[in-house]
Amino acid sequence: MEEINYKNYRIEAENVCVDYNGKVALYDANLRLNPGQICGLVGMNGAGKTTFFNALTGFVNISKGKIRINGESLRIAQQDQAIAYVPQSEGIDSQFPVSVWDVVMMGRYGSMNIMRTPRESDIHAVKDAIDRVDLMELSSTPIGNLSGGQRKRTFLARAIAQRASILLLDEPFSGVDIRTEKLISELFIQFKKEGKTILLSTHDMIHVREFCDLVLLINKTVVAYGETSEVFTPENITSTFGGMSPDVLFGPES
Amino acid sequence: MHLCFLSINIISFVADPLSHEFMRKALMMSSLVAAVCGFLSSYLTLKGWALMGDAVSHSVMPGVVVAYALGLPFSLGAFVFGVGSVALIGFVKQKSRVKEDTVIGLVFTGFFALGIVLVSKIKSNIDLHSILFGSPLGISLSDVKQTVLISLLVVVLLSIFRKDLILYCFDPRHAKTVGINVSFLHYLLLTCLSLAAVVGLQSVGIVLVVAMLITPGATAYLLTDKFDNITIFSVISAIVSSLLGIYLSFWFDLETGGSIVLVQTFIFLFAFLFAPRYGIFKFKKLTSNY
Repeated sequence: MEEINYKNYRIEAENVCVDYNGKVALYDANLRLNPGQICGLVGMNGAGKTTFFNALTGFVNISKGKIRINGESLRIAQQDQAIAYVPQSEGIDSQFPVSVWDVVMMGRYGSMNIMRTPRESDIHAVKDAIDRVDLMELSSTPIGNLSGGQRKRTFLARAIAQRASILLLDEPFSGVDIRTEKLISELFIQFKKEGKTILLSTHDMIHVREFCDLVLLINKTVVAYGETSEVFTPENITSTFGGMSPDVLFGPES
Repeated sequence: MHLCFLSINIISFVADPLSHEFMRKALMMSSLVAAVCGFLSSYLTLKGWALMGDAVSHSVMPGVVVAYALGLPFSLGAFVFGVGSVALIGFVKQKSRVKEDTVIGLVFTGFFALGIVLVSKIKSNIDLHSILFGSPLGISLSDVKQTVLISLLVVVLLSIFRKDLILYCFDPRHAKTVGINVSFLHYLLLTCLSLAAVVGLQSVGIVLVVAMLITPGATAYLLTDKFDNITIFSVISAIVSSLLGIYLSFWFDLETGGSIVLVQTFIFLFAFLFAPRYGIFKFKKLTSNY
């Protein structure tokens, strides 16, 4: 068997299993990603995409398997601010009384003192991040008054401000306007150049072909994993989506 | 009654009760309690812990009784049972298929019933009425010391961890991802909830203390979009309700706890109807950036 050198991988998930009160949500999930790689996570609703994200952020405990980030444990990765998570819009209380600035500043909390008093460098990072997602004019606006796309950009800015090397994005393109979609696409190209590793879940097959070097098809476990051109085939997609053909799922153009 | 109310002028309405020592003490202590509960209320409302507040505040009952019987500070007993009830709720939820709200209802009513049975069984001078409905007018010196200490502790804790707690209420997953100890924050908020329930029950009693923990925050949430302002409005509305409630109870011979909570409810109703942005009859248009 091949000797694995963990240091070579940004993300290394090995036989990861997660169960909620005895109910299996994900089993034997494997993933290896290097710096600069973008990987699409594709599967049905309830196939374990969010569970996989939860496991990789440490938000749920895995019942079996191993997760290594930059060759270290999750705990160390968390302390190093290595992972940033950009939530799906539904996972967030959009009426919560915080402004764009507040949310983006939360990206810096992990490296601040206990009272989370912003330093000059934090303020600079937050400004820079808000600028990159083009929300400067709205920085003091409560998130409840933003559109879906603007809110998505706010959380992207939080990930940028955190300066994480790994970005986990749950449905980054769902419910966003064209302007936001274009901006996110451009950011992906920049992130790739900066050597960031991206794992994104999506329902949009066109986005997978457009951005993803790798694709991970899951249905409670890994159905197929590898380079997009090799793995993203109609047969694999069909078996991922429980026997439905891509034509039925995404129209004849897919 | 109405004629009587009209005939006294505002000055004597405010000043006369102040000539009684028990009233001065009640007003001061109730304001302090209201400030603490109002402060915490802004977090609980946004965390969605109304039911949890109800559960903890009822569950402290047997703790209070046992502490009184053993001559211990009642806050200690209340605290143990408050946190204990939450641990039990978590345990039962995890180990059974019963839904969370059912478990919460089940556990706190069980604790509450235990408290009532204990009062009837333990022969002491515990006044069931004052535990259930509060007795801000009859607060003792040792109670005053405890209340001040606990209040200070809660305010200091909530202030030091303010930003982390806001993040915890808003997006616990992000907190976890950046290495913040989420379980610590969870238990910190629970501890503060138990402590605030303990001080709050002196003012309005166990039955109504949850109102002190929920209503001010809910009222403030209708008035503003900034967390800091929610806390400020919540504290102000809680203090105003306590003062006005005690005055009304003095002049019209009303049950004090009920009177305080009723004023809070009226302030909420007022905000519900007339809040500038989120009231039923809003007079400011929602800004939109769509």
